[in-house]
Amino acid sequence: MSDTSSVLRIVWIYPDLLSTYGDQGNALILRRRAEQRGIRTEILHVHSSDPVPAEGDVYLLGGGEDRPQILAANRLRADGGLKRAAERGAAVLAVCAGYQIVGQSYGDDDDNPLPGVGILDIHSGRGETRAVGEIVADVAPELGGGRITGFENHQGRTTLGPTATPLSRTVAGIGNDGSTEGAYQGQVLGTYLHGPALPRNPQLADLLLRMRVGELPPLPPSWGEALHEERLAAAL
Amino acid sequence: MSELPLRAQLAAVVGKGAASLSRATGRGDGSVIGGKVALKVEPDLLAQLSRGRRIALVSATNGKTTTTRLIASALQELGPVATNEHGANMPTGHITALANQPDAREAVLEVDEKYLPRVLEATNAAVVVLMNLSRDQMDRASEINLLAKKWRDALGRTQAHVVANADDPLVAWAGLGANYATWVSAGQRWKEDSWCCPECGGHLKRDPDPHWECPECGMRRPDATWSVDNENDSVVDPGEQRWPLRMSLPGDANRANAAIAMATAAAYGIPAAQSLPRLQEIRSVAGRYTSVVTDGVEVRLLLAKNPAGWLESFSVLDPPRVPVILSVNAQIPDGKDTSWLWDVDYSVLRGRRVFVMGERRTDLALRLETDEVPFEVADRVSDVVAKVKAESPDITKLDVIANYTAFQQIRADYGRVE
Repeated sequence: MSDTSSVLRIVWIYPDLLSTYGDQGNALILRRRAEQRGIRTEILHVHSSDPVPAEGDVYLLGGGEDRPQILAANRLRADGGLKRAAERGAAVLAVCAGYQIVGQSYGDDDDNPLPGVGILDIHSGRGETRAVGEIVADVAPELGGGRITGFENHQGRTTLGPTATPLSRTVAGIGNDGSTEGAYQGQVLGTYLHGPALPRNPQLADLLLRMRVGELPPLPPSWGEALHEERLAAAL
Repeated sequence: MSELPLRAQLAAVVGKGAASLSRATGRGDGSVIGGKVALKVEPDLLAQLSRGRRIALVSATNGKTTTTRLIASALQELGPVATNEHGANMPTGHITALANQPDAREAVLEVDEKYLPRVLEATNAAVVVLMNLSRDQMDRASEINLLAKKWRDALGRTQAHVVANADDPLVAWAGLGANYATWVSAGQRWKEDSWCCPECGGHLKRDPDPHWECPECGMRRPDATWSVDNENDSVVDPGEQRWPLRMSLPGDANRANAAIAMATAAAYGIPAAQSLPRLQEIRSVAGRYTSVVTDGVEVRLLLAKNPAGWLESFSVLDPPRVPVILSVNAQIPDGKDTSWLWDVDYSVLRGRRVFVMGERRTDLALRLETDEVPFEVADRVSDVVAKVKAESPDITKLDVIANYTAFQQIRADYGRVE
């Protein structure tokens, strides 16, 4: 948790630009799973006209259409708050369009490369076809392993630079390129599992929480685990 | 019909036969299949069937079917009106509607958002009615900013008169592409898709509601000549005259639809005094808002396909002691992606008895658990009715909110109620 307070600060970046597919779900599940363990939380909505505070614990970036994505990237680069937070060791979960723009570069609608925030060593461009549908992937063992399930809807193809590591191996669906899905670098996580990735994968929510608060007591099973199992069974 | 080339006449007749077959075999309203067969025979049929008619197109994310019905009712002041009243809103459905009513000079067609540019071009419509744009079934629908751009460009290429909601920034921006416009202040409850300026992407200043403007490029809400006053259940016309609405259809969304319909009727020269009584008579539209009485319990069906629709449905729920069933599927017409459930705030349901149903009820269960709304899981409406009646015999009403195929399944259980 941040050094100056005992409240876990969840910062939702630019809900006005990057909130297309139920992205709010990630903030709500983090809050719920923290508070069930007696951790007080606060969710901050940071609009694109406002500065990004550097003192948050977990930063969330969601999905967006092409033009809002470019606006968000430009504003985040000019603002600098997210980069400072990541350098301080904050946890970041960036999904879909948000995943692309935290990287080194991403493609606009004509696939011209544009600069990203640069906190994750990835480069994204446009693929030939759109990846739409259920996706299943196996999380890297050093992050605790386990299977994740989600829905992807993007035309991006992402390659990882030497500093980033795949978040998972694709079992069904496309992800980065059909073989790996997402990337991480320190405490910055990115994924093509769009929108409510954490509600469908409680273990990912706990991974982010552990990055800030250390070991967590287990929780009794919730509908999150039931949904996780149901979606895995449906996709495989 | 006689001015149609022979091939087009044949196509229309063949299409009608297929529609009767579809209805007779109980597989649908017959509107899509008839047009599909006809289109195969004559691809230009829509353009040919449109000739010599005055056509209004109605599009939006939500309220298309209802508003089409309202406008078609109002225009009956002028004579017979061809319309696709069953919500078959792609060119096949338009062809069926026009072919079925060859003598109607007026036509009011509901149009799927994506198809609006090409239907506008094919029909050379005189009037285009636009209400709202918001996120909807995004695994197959276009991005709405892109959609608004296509609407705007298509309108600029015609002489169509637009009747549009000035309070929805994306819709207004699209409508500003037209050469003639009537602006209606019809309100916008769901604002999460319009915080960005459609012109430059700046963060819109949105107070006092319903005003909006962009501090970066100066783009602003057009001045409306018609407006809805939800608090006083009325519409104010361009002459500042106030019309108490007293609609049979519930909620603010239908007040907005009524205002748009009155403004559209006025563009045809039909005064509010004549259009409004026709709108007030309509009680349900293709099963929406309909009630069925089963085992002494009145079950009301509300269709909600996306976050904006769910928000509107919550606002018309009966008082809290009336239980509510939520039913969600994720078939192709619904969108395969249920992410949108997380855009809806369910905490307003706290204090109500809630049941979850449908193929994706586990998604609903987690969503409600997260918003701390207690709920029960159910398989069928009839099971819920039986349970509620056994446990609380004084309960006489039940609301059902369902998305598209879930709604149609429930409606079919009750004999495709209108």
